[in-house]
Amino acid sequence: MARMISYEKKDTPIHKLSGFTKLVFFILWCMTSALTFDTRILILMLFMGGTIYAISGTKWNQVSGVFKAIMLFMAINLVCIFFFSPFEGCKIYGTRTDIVYLFGKYYLTREQLFYEFNVLIKYFTVIPSVFIFLTTTDPSELASSLNGVGVPYTIAYSLEIALRYIPDIQDEFHRIKNAQEARGIEMSSKGNLFSRIKNTASIIFPLLFSSMERIEVVSNAMELRGFGKKKSRTWYSRRKLTPGDFAVLAFIIIFFCISMIFTYYDGSRFYNPFI
Amino acid sequence: MKLKFGIKEVVALGIGTALFVVLTTVQIPFFIVPNTALQPRMAVLAFISAVFGPIVGGVAGLLGHALGDAFFYGWVFPEVVVGAAIGAFANKFAVTEGGFADKKKIILFNIVQIVANAIAWIVVAPVLDILIYAEPANKVFAQGAFAFVGNIVIIGILGTILLVAYSKISGKSSDLKVEE
Amino acid sequence: MEKKPIIEFSDVTFKYRVQQKPTLKNINLKIYPGEKVLIAGQSGSGKSTLAHCLNALIPCSYTGDMSGTLRVNGEDPSKLGVFGMSQIVGTVLQDTDGQFIALTVGEDLSFALENDCMPQDEMFEKVDSVAEKLELKSLLLNAPGDLSGGQKQRVSLGGVMACDVKILLFDEPLANLDPATGKRTIALIDEILKNEDMTVVIIEHRIEDVLYRDVDRIVLMGDGEIIADMHPDELLCKNLLPEHGIREPLYVAALKAAGVTIEPETHPQHIESMNIEPYKDKVHSWFHSVKQHSHETNSDVILSVQDLTFGYNSEKQILSDVSFDVKKGEMISLVGKNGAGKSTLASLICGFYKPDKGKILFKGEDMSSLSIKERGERIGYVMQSPNQMISKPMISEEVGLGLVARGADPAQVTERVNNALKICGLYPFRNWPVTALSFGQKKRVSIASILVLDPEIIILDEPTAGQDYSHYTEIMEFLRKLCLDTGITIIMITHDMHLMLEYTDRTLVLTDGKLLMDTSPVNVLTDEHICDRAYLKKTSLYDLALRCGIDDPSEFAARFIDDERRRGGRTWQE
Repeated sequence: MARMISYEKKDTPIHKLSGFTKLVFFILWCMTSALTFDTRILILMLFMGGTIYAISGTKWNQVSGVFKAIMLFMAINLVCIFFFSPFEGCKIYGTRTDIVYLFGKYYLTREQLFYEFNVLIKYFTVIPSVFIFLTTTDPSELASSLNGVGVPYTIAYSLEIALRYIPDIQDEFHRIKNAQEARGIEMSSKGNLFSRIKNTASIIFPLLFSSMERIEVVSNAMELRGFGKKKSRTWYSRRKLTPGDFAVLAFIIIFFCISMIFTYYDGSRFYNPFI
Repeated sequence: MKLKFGIKEVVALGIGTALFVVLTTVQIPFFIVPNTALQPRMAVLAFISAVFGPIVGGVAGLLGHALGDAFFYGWVFPEVVVGAAIGAFANKFAVTEGGFADKKKIILFNIVQIVANAIAWIVVAPVLDILIYAEPANKVFAQGAFAFVGNIVIIGILGTILLVAYSKISGKSSDLKVEE
Repeated sequence: MEKKPIIEFSDVTFKYRVQQKPTLKNINLKIYPGEKVLIAGQSGSGKSTLAHCLNALIPCSYTGDMSGTLRVNGEDPSKLGVFGMSQIVGTVLQDTDGQFIALTVGEDLSFALENDCMPQDEMFEKVDSVAEKLELKSLLLNAPGDLSGGQKQRVSLGGVMACDVKILLFDEPLANLDPATGKRTIALIDEILKNEDMTVVIIEHRIEDVLYRDVDRIVLMGDGEIIADMHPDELLCKNLLPEHGIREPLYVAALKAAGVTIEPETHPQHIESMNIEPYKDKVHSWFHSVKQHSHETNSDVILSVQDLTFGYNSEKQILSDVSFDVKKGEMISLVGKNGAGKSTLASLICGFYKPDKGKILFKGEDMSSLSIKERGERIGYVMQSPNQMISKPMISEEVGLGLVARGADPAQVTERVNNALKICGLYPFRNWPVTALSFGQKKRVSIASILVLDPEIIILDEPTAGQDYSHYTEIMEFLRKLCLDTGITIIMITHDMHLMLEYTDRTLVLTDGKLLMDTSPVNVLTDEHICDRAYLKKTSLYDLALRCGIDDPSEFAARFIDDERRRGGRTWQE
């Protein structure tokens, strides 16, 4: 999984926070970013995100692959927005200031540029928070943290099972793929779409079949060890909340509230420099 | 509806999510446009949903997307809609009881998946893009239409193949004769 | 013993809901606190069903009709349920990967405690003390992927011990372990029993390996009934084990072959401690009466591996400078501890990976330019679990898949499929769904689906893993017949010492990426030094020979195996 970003054990203030704190922070942060379109808040968040990223000690090579893929995706996205709707910014801000005529019906306007800039930095406020969350949160803490924010422990635990078995299933998938390829079933074969899908089926089916058996074995094992009998459960790997955690939690809640008030007090979530 | 969420469902949700994540790297090129490759993992999500019901299907879509794509590349909600909607008919499909082999079930499954994908990709995803990112409507609907077509193709072919095959072998085989 | 039994079956009969006949019939069995009891029996004998009654999976998860009474620690399991019983009976499953549920060792040890809502501080203490006992302390933060099979099993054991259970129930603990690790597991169980106040029940069909340490009783199951319930010394003197599809310890079989009548007073439970004096003469005269062992090797080299070196990354070499030849029509075993590079070697031969250095020649031709698919026409690869290869619901479709994928014409496909099915004895079932078959038959389906491509070599990964003696024999006799009839060359990756001894002409021993030995199996299994290094276990035939004063133990072992083959009690049937 080239795309997966993985946890790395380090000793930074961010790593010391409990997974619960980081999860709450992450959720509220993303909500703030999603709900606001106020350029001033977005820029503030951009700086804060960058600072936290630096503190978290995340190395560039941990995330560079994903980052490049997102950049490509975003570039395409911004271009598409322009081609589909060159005056979207004008619609939003209510004015039109042409910079240059391009071709056909396409003009470059200051409003459009500003709008697309906002879309861009909106992404950039979220990207570091995802990176930080994934590289500093011990996967063992994820399930207990989800349970902490109110997700039923049964569902939270299934996340733990997913993380536990991803490497095993990954390995099994490669072994099956190789063995099937030796039989002549190639996933990358030329040929038409339908035969490609059929070959894919011949590789995925054994994987599914053995996964269904795995489900049987694992659920028996869990039942034998008393999973699901009580209304709640405790967690070995849950980290106790420290004063630092409370401070961070208080901060993000206040930050979220203030941002919302600041964004919506004038009735529009856009910051409009054009009027 | 299969609303039971016992130990088996917990495990199915975990393993289903793991499968979805592992298969993220498997893509079948479809249109020339980037990011529109067919995703076999969607067929596996459909399979898990059809067998284990709407909760497993919906949440596996959510967790799978979150882990597999590191929260990027669009929203988690369309997968949730697809998984939950197909899962809602799990009892009707009766996959593990060997019931999925007949034509009616296959047609029902495909109607459900087409409707679910339509809601997911032509309604939910674009609307979110408009509400959150204020993206232009025509752009997000065009994008949604591509995703819609890709997903109904992969689920319609691969999902159906997997379900029929699994149903065939897991049902009770009563009238087996030794042939010389 | 005047104590009250901790487990007591009285007239217990159980029938699964989906089956016609009861799987357990009138079981009467008492097990006392502190005892160590081995329950043996072939697949379908009811031994697993018996185990499931103890942890309440029967009747709580597997429904059916139960009559008679069962008391475990004075309680009725069906009333207490699976959860209630989990506080009394700790079950260690065969599949250590299935039982290791959490992300780290520490979390997994505490899994049951978490479910019981134990406060975190108490949990830390408990986990620490269990980890201490099982030498897992330094591994608490490790993920399952970083552990060996033996370590994973210790985690499973720790996970149930954390609940302060009174009874430990082991479900085929040796199935997935290499011989040396299996030995350690048995020693560990023995130690726990000495230090803790527990009762141990082991379900296993590998009698010889379990008897590495004393057991109090062996309960032999057959067809849902208890055939025998006696001390191992007594049971080994009788012929009940082989009659019920269980393999006797090899030294016992050899003594019997020499015409000895073993007496319980000589304590045949362990070869090291048994009184061999009364039998020496007979063993000697038998040794000199049977034919000398000979084996012919005169055919052509079909596969030649030369200086093969490989690593997944530059830091660690998995294989270094491995060279060997394989002759046409040979049956070869590839052995060594987990992680020694056996599977990697097979993957390199099949072309799944590219070697860093070295060559692989097939009939003198360098294969490096061939694709995986092209190699598949020369060398077939059969995975360990047949389920990992089965992608079509119907048998004939499955077998034909490789041909269809290669675009063969339909008439030819049918002909070749039928031919492969006939060789594998599956032709009568060609229109059945794969799931209607037994494990051994499924294995043959996956072999047929390779044979259909007409390869000259097949590589099998652990062909008999987890199989009892009769299934093992079924699969291996089939492979031997295949080898004799078609002249195909067979390479098997295995942990099974019996398999290499009884069925292969030659053994390649891999250790830490190097080829340690390339010789006949008896030479390997009578070499203590090599066995230790490669995590193998020397055969008890060797000890028997030494204790009888025979100066060439390898020859003794070889002659016994030859003799057993000649007497050929086992032939492969469809």
